[in-house]
Amino acid sequence: MGASLWRCSMTQGVVIIGGGECGVSTAFSLRFSGFDGPITILNGETHLPYERPPLSKGGAASPKPIRNAADYADAKIDLRHDVKVTEVDRDAKKVITSSGEALAYDKLVFATGARSRVFDGLAECRTLRTWDDAAALDRKLHDGARIGIIGGGFIGLELAALARQRGASVTVLEANPWLMARAVPTEIAKVVHQKHLEAGVTVQLGQGATSVTDGVVRLVGGGVLEFDTVIAGVGAVPNTELAAECGLRVENGICVDDGFRTSDPDIFAAGDCCRFSWRGQSVRLESWKAAQDQAQQVAASILGEAVPYNKVPWFWSDQYDLTLQVAGIFDPARPVIKRKSDSGKTVVFQCGLDGEIAAAAGIGVAGSTANDIKVFEKLIERGTRVDPMVLADPEQNLKRLLRAA
Amino acid sequence: MTQWTDACGVNDIEEEDVIRFDHGGKTYIIVRDHEDNYYCSDGLCTHEDVHLSDGLVVEATIECPKHASIFDVSNGEVETPPACENLRTYPTKVEDGRVFVAV
Repeated sequence: MGASLWRCSMTQGVVIIGGGECGVSTAFSLRFSGFDGPITILNGETHLPYERPPLSKGGAASPKPIRNAADYADAKIDLRHDVKVTEVDRDAKKVITSSGEALAYDKLVFATGARSRVFDGLAECRTLRTWDDAAALDRKLHDGARIGIIGGGFIGLELAALARQRGASVTVLEANPWLMARAVPTEIAKVVHQKHLEAGVTVQLGQGATSVTDGVVRLVGGGVLEFDTVIAGVGAVPNTELAAECGLRVENGICVDDGFRTSDPDIFAAGDCCRFSWRGQSVRLESWKAAQDQAQQVAASILGEAVPYNKVPWFWSDQYDLTLQVAGIFDPARPVIKRKSDSGKTVVFQCGLDGEIAAAAGIGVAGSTANDIKVFEKLIERGTRVDPMVLADPEQNLKRLLRAA
Repeated sequence: MTQWTDACGVNDIEEEDVIRFDHGGKTYIIVRDHEDNYYCSDGLCTHEDVHLSDGLVVEATIECPKHASIFDVSNGEVETPPACENLRTYPTKVEDGRVFVAV
């Protein structure tokens, strides 16, 4: 069916479950691409949809709205707050909300996101996912507070930096032998580690926690540490229950194809909650940029205009005055090459099996590595093969390589 | 009458590149595109206050180094979110090997 027909043939329109970055981006992408049927966003929270990345970086003062309230009205997007979906009836093409309302759809989008993982024994820990979480945490991160953070990943480390900057004493416990072990090469992790040490954070690597009670953390090795507040940043679990209950294929993420279509052709999933294949690898990405990129792909798919998905995974983290950016996905089993640089920044990259550039990461003050990583991102997107020795040479202008590619 | 300010030499900016230009208490960017056209706009991204001079120029577009919003610097329009607001742009002219801007 042609795109133009779709645009005017949907009477029930598109219903989007989830009012995060992905849900909102899907709605506006659809509208800006010319879709003129009804669009409804079912937002589980009570706030106007807001940007999550600042929550772990600057505290909860006032998150930035993704769009102003008037933008939804102008775009004729029906944004409903505090709505929980309890059931999806795929035969009747309806979603049922907790208030008992049934909403019909032509196309349904799961943008249900993920929630903080809570391991057994850690239920008492604070976690960070929403504005409300951030507001509750905000009051705890103050001068003189003793803050324990379980998990040396991005959320944990960004909160460690925030707490230190407010004068709290901070201890980070990480079960792996280095920080951010899932996402970045050790060369980058070392820079971050050093920065936290200089800022006065106590970092304990290879240190797991078995339980937390009244601020007392019991360690795997038998030790005990005491804090005023303990935060767990040990990963996220995709919100897939609703999708599983209505019979969609779910494998640690709602399974989607290249157009972010689920096993039901009228239902899509995107963002943190979905799993898809990226260059032969099955992945689930928890990133702000992926949420936007995938939302655009869903909108294109609904309109019958999707082209093969080729967006390179990309994310950033801010800690103190440092910004870290990663493009592509590092394979821990393959060598990492450092691009020599003497100006206080570190850039590393990795090539794939066929010599194509597969991933790159950079860290430095503010935007100092942004340009390099952007160029790498484009080289990765194009599957460019470049002699690693040339790429490692700081005299080589990366942008010229891009033009030649 | 337009008030022109001498901002830089034509070769102070590489081809398809950008420099930061601070003037009168404000910060701007001057971009040279792939065809040696020069553009001037506000220097901070409209999404968050991030200096666009650290961003990547491709033809006549600049990508914010922080969150990857892309702007067309010839008219300031947003090409890619998260930015929703266009960049304000200013007239430029090239004379005697110098780039002048009307800011």
